[in-house]
Amino acid sequence: MNGPQDLGGRDGFGPVAPEQDEPLFHADWEKRAMAVTLAAGAMGHWTLDESRHAREDRDPVEYLSSSYYKIWIMALERLLIRHGLVTQDELAAGKPLHETAPPNRVLKADMVAAALAKGGPVDRDPGDRKPAFAVGDRVRTRNLQPTGHVRLPSYARDKVGTVEAVQGYHAFPDKSALGDRSAAEWIYTVTFDAKTLWGDRGRDGDAVSIDAWEPYLDHV
Amino acid sequence: MSGDHSHGHDNHLDDMTARVMALETVLTEKGLVDPAALDAIIDTYETKVGPRNGAHVVAKAWSDPDFADWLKRDATAAIGSLGYSGRQGEHMRAVFNTDDTHNLVVCTLCSCYPWSVLGLPPVWYKSPPYRSRAVSDPRGVLAEFGLTLPEEKAVRVWDSTAELRYLVIPQRPAGTDGWDEDRLATLVTRNSMIGTEEALQP
Repeated sequence: MNGPQDLGGRDGFGPVAPEQDEPLFHADWEKRAMAVTLAAGAMGHWTLDESRHAREDRDPVEYLSSSYYKIWIMALERLLIRHGLVTQDELAAGKPLHETAPPNRVLKADMVAAALAKGGPVDRDPGDRKPAFAVGDRVRTRNLQPTGHVRLPSYARDKVGTVEAVQGYHAFPDKSALGDRSAAEWIYTVTFDAKTLWGDRGRDGDAVSIDAWEPYLDHV
Repeated sequence: MSGDHSHGHDNHLDDMTARVMALETVLTEKGLVDPAALDAIIDTYETKVGPRNGAHVVAKAWSDPDFADWLKRDATAAIGSLGYSGRQGEHMRAVFNTDDTHNLVVCTLCSCYPWSVLGLPPVWYKSPPYRSRAVSDPRGVLAEFGLTLPEEKAVRVWDSTAELRYLVIPQRPAGTDGWDEDRLATLVTRNSMIGTEEALQP
């Protein structure tokens, strides 16, 4: 979606403001927000891509004026309700009120270390599917404008670049965000000259790389 | 999480405290999450997984050419051999700064970051000023971190749009001949592994 998350190349946000001796969390609730998001994700009812889309699919004013972990919590509430695990009135009441869907699984404390150390690899078996592009190929990114989830930034649409690496065969977020865990595509690192992306603001020699799935690309 | 913050006159942070407490309570009472698991997750990122992991990787790459070569070919396996793996580090790539090229990592679309080697990202990495301009004005962004690159050095920006996670290997500072890995690691800052600064000088 052409949403508020697609920030690359936007102007007007002002200088980067690194904080000296920044704490890992700025409030205790942020710790719980981070952890409850991971633990709820471990129930296995949605993909990481669906959770990303739940964060970005909102009014730009709300997205840009909310803190990072507030966005996580708003998205988590949406996901829990969508998947029938909690209801809005339960969140308002702060206690269970209804019979709701059982979890696929529950992350217990003694499972945390192994679960985090394993993570969620997204590489899949390509079977007999072969990559359509090779290192060195010139490619043009498609002018994709879906209203759903997509990981091709707007600044890199309809631009010519070079395939720098074939990175594997990975889960495809545009479909994974809709719950399709079987969809996967070849993924490539594609490099663009800075001037291709930014015109006169780019510098000769500078470059930007993205990682792009095969359905984002055409041969030039 | 102390005290009763459920009153209507709470400020923004207290609203969030109440909201997250309510959410955690509902999930716990339904048996969907285990509060002790939440404690364990927090402890992992507060005490176990952080930029010291990445500094170890970089110091080893500086000290051991075979390891550096492995890192270039298969960063996931090379980093995994040091015990760093898992969430938001499942598919690692190491990008090496050289005399000709400076690397900078960003996620313009969200906040993708190599947790397994750097821990949780700082606020500035997740915020619009960095995410918007790291791709379009990397030299301006670097200047805001106090790093001015020579004209002839190219900037390569890596926008983490997929599940590949990028770790910058800064250049080894001069004057560190004979240093062991532990001592070298003290020169490797988190930001030098994102690319917003260089390694510290000895």
